[in-house]
Amino acid sequence: MNAAFRLAAVCASAAAVAGLTGPVHAGKVVDSIKQKGAVTCGVHTGRAGFALADSSGKWSGLDVDYCRALAAAVLGDAGKVKYVPLSGPTRITALQSGEVDVLARNTTWTYTRDTSLGLVWVGINFYDGQAFITKKKPGLAKVAQLAGATICVDSGSTTEKNLAEYFTGHKLQYKSVVFDQIEASQQAFISGRCQVYTGDNSNLAVLKATLLKNPDDYVILPEQISKEPLGPAIHRGDDDWFAIAKWTLFAMIEAEELGISSSNIDSLKASSSDPTIKRFVGTGDDLGKFMGLDKEWSYRIVKQVGNYGESFDRNVGADSKVKLPRGLMNLWTKGGLMISPPLR
Amino acid sequence: MATVESASSAALAPPRPPLNLRSIGLQALALALVVALGAWLVNNATINLRAQNIASGFGFLGDTAGFAISEGLLPYEPSDSYARAFAAGVANTLRAALPAVVLATVLGFALGIAQTSRHALVRLLSRGFVDLVRNVPLLVQVLLWYFALTELLPGTDTPLRLSDVAFLSKGGLNIAMPELTASQAIVPLALTILVPWLAWVAAPWRRITLPVALLVVVGVWLLWPDSWQHPEVGNFGVSGGATLTPEWLALVIALTQYSGAYCAEIVRAGLQAVPRGQWEATHALGLTRPQALRRVIVPQSLRVIVPPYTSLVMNTIKNSSLAVAIGYPDIVSAATTALNQNGQAIECISIIAAVYLLLNLLTTLVMGVVNARVQLKER
Repeated sequence: MNAAFRLAAVCASAAAVAGLTGPVHAGKVVDSIKQKGAVTCGVHTGRAGFALADSSGKWSGLDVDYCRALAAAVLGDAGKVKYVPLSGPTRITALQSGEVDVLARNTTWTYTRDTSLGLVWVGINFYDGQAFITKKKPGLAKVAQLAGATICVDSGSTTEKNLAEYFTGHKLQYKSVVFDQIEASQQAFISGRCQVYTGDNSNLAVLKATLLKNPDDYVILPEQISKEPLGPAIHRGDDDWFAIAKWTLFAMIEAEELGISSSNIDSLKASSSDPTIKRFVGTGDDLGKFMGLDKEWSYRIVKQVGNYGESFDRNVGADSKVKLPRGLMNLWTKGGLMISPPLR
Repeated sequence: MATVESASSAALAPPRPPLNLRSIGLQALALALVVALGAWLVNNATINLRAQNIASGFGFLGDTAGFAISEGLLPYEPSDSYARAFAAGVANTLRAALPAVVLATVLGFALGIAQTSRHALVRLLSRGFVDLVRNVPLLVQVLLWYFALTELLPGTDTPLRLSDVAFLSKGGLNIAMPELTASQAIVPLALTILVPWLAWVAAPWRRITLPVALLVVVGVWLLWPDSWQHPEVGNFGVSGGATLTPEWLALVIALTQYSGAYCAEIVRAGLQAVPRGQWEATHALGLTRPQALRRVIVPQSLRVIVPPYTSLVMNTIKNSSLAVAIGYPDIVSAATTALNQNGQAIECISIIAAVYLLLNLLTTLVMGVVNARVQLKER
C-alpha cells in the first residue's frame, strides 16, 4: 500500500511538471517589455567602448547606448534597461530562447546567423574587421609573415573560422590556442604564451589602449582578413519589434545627418521651422504611431542618449580612451557608410 | 548443501508464486508515463526548433568543420568534417584524462600510505597537502597552474635547451621525435610487444628480465630510426618535434593533484579498514613494513578501496572538461565551437554528454571486473 502510494505520487508530480512547460512564443515582445517595465538587453561581459560596467554598476558603451535608445523610445526613460552580460558561446542561445529581448553585443551579421538560427539583424552599428596584434619586429607588416606562430583566439565567434580559412587558404602553418573566456585568451597573449592575438580590430584597439603594460612594443597589423559588420539582433518572427529596433538605430544616424544632437535638440524643438526637423523632434507629423509609439519617440532618443556621432565619440572615438577614427562609421556624406533611409 | 537437497527437491518442488499483477501493472503505468513524457519533450523541442527556422538533426556532422585543433594524436585539418573534429576532441580528452588517472592513483597510494607512517612529519605533510588541495576548487587549481606555467617558463624566443633534444619554453616542451614511415615502424613495434611479453612469461626470472626488457625496448626506439625531427627556434618560437603544451601540462598536473588527494583519502580509509590483527601478525612473522604493506595489508584493503576509486576515475574523466578554461582542445571545446558555428545547441551538447557517458560506462565495466576479483566472497 505504501509503495503503491509513493509510485502514484511520483507519476502525478511528473505529469504536473510536464504540464507546466509550454511551447515558447516569439511574438509580442513590446507587450512584454511594457509589462516588465524594462528592455532586457544582452551585452558583452565587459568590453571598454561597447559595454562595460564601472565600479558602481553603471553600464556604458556603444551597444549600451543602443539599448538605452530602445528604452527611451518604447518606455520613455533611457534608464529602464536590464543588462544581461553574455559570453561568446552563450549569446546566441540566450537570444534564441527569449532570455533577452535584443542582443547588442557586437555580434557579426553573417548569412548563416541571419537565416539558420531564428534570428534577424536590425542594422549595423559598427564596421569592424578581423586583425592581428603582435610584438613589433623589424620588417613585420603583413599577415602572411605570421606563418608558424601560436595564435590565441576566443571561442564562440567568427574569429576562429576566419582564421582557419585564411591561413589554410594561403597555405600558412599556425597553431591556435582557443579559450572560452576573453580574459583568459588576452592574459595568455600578454604573458607571452601566444605570440599573436586575433580578434576584431576594435577589440585589439581596446586591448592595446587599456591592458598592455608597454603598448608601444606591440603593433596591430593594418591588414584585416575579414569584414565584420557588427549590429544588434533580435528574435525572428516579431515584425513590430523589428520595426522599432531597426528605426531606433536609423533615428540615431539620421539625427547626426540632420545636425540634431542632445545639446541643441531643445532649441531646435522650440524654434525650427524645417518640416524634416519638426517631424524628428515631435512637433510635426506623428511618425511614431505607425510603430505603436508616441510622436516624441525620436526626440527622447536623441535627448536622453544622443545621436550616433555623439555616442561614437564618447565611447570609442575622440573623447574615449580607445580613440578609434570614425573611418567607415562616419556619415555617408563624409565618406563613411552610415546612412539612414529618410524618416518620412 | 545443494547436493543433499536436489534429490528430494525434484519430487517436492515448491509451487511457483502467482504473478503480482498489481506490482506489474503499476510499473507498466509508470514506464508508459515516462516514455510519454520523453516523447512529448522531444516532439516539443523539434516543433519549436522548426518554427524558429533553426536547423536540427545530426546532418551537420558531414560538413566541413572550418576550425583548427592544434594539438593531439589524431591528425586533423580544418578542412576535415565535424565528425573528425569531434573524434580529435575525444582523443585529446583521453590524452589528458588517462595519464591524470594513472598519476593520481600513484600519488594517492603514496600519500595514503604516508598517512599511516610511524613518523609524525610524514603524516603531517601528507595530511596538509590533502587538505589544501581538496578544499580549493579544481577550476582555480587549473587556472593557477596554467598562469604559473605561462608566466614562469622562459619566452618562446629564448627557450631552455637540453642539447638539441629537448626545448622548454612558454610554448611547451618540444622533444625530438624519430621520423618513421609505417613500414619502417613495424620492426620496433613488434619488438616492443614481443620482448616484454617474453620477459613476463619467464616467470621465475621476472625481477631481472623485466628491467632488461625495458632497456631493450628503449634502446630499439632510440637506435632504430635513422632520421630524427629536432625542434628548432624559428621566427615565432620553437617548432618541430613532439610538443607537450602548457595547456596539457597544467591540466594534467592539476587533475593529478586534485584526484590524487581524493585518492589518498580513499586509500587511507582502505588501509585503516584492515583489522589491527593483520599488522600484528606481520610483526610476528618478522616482515618489514614495505613487505607487510605489499603482501598483506594492501591486498586486503583493495576491497574497500575499489568501489569509491571507481567514482574517482569517473570524476577525473569528467573534470577534464575544465580544459576549455585554459584553451586545451578537448571534446567540450570542439563541440562548443561547432555549436557556435551552426547554432545546433541540443545536438552538440548531446554529443558531449554521450561521449562522457560512454567513457564512464566503460570505466564502470572495467572496474566492475576488478571489483569482482577483490571483493569479499561470502560462502
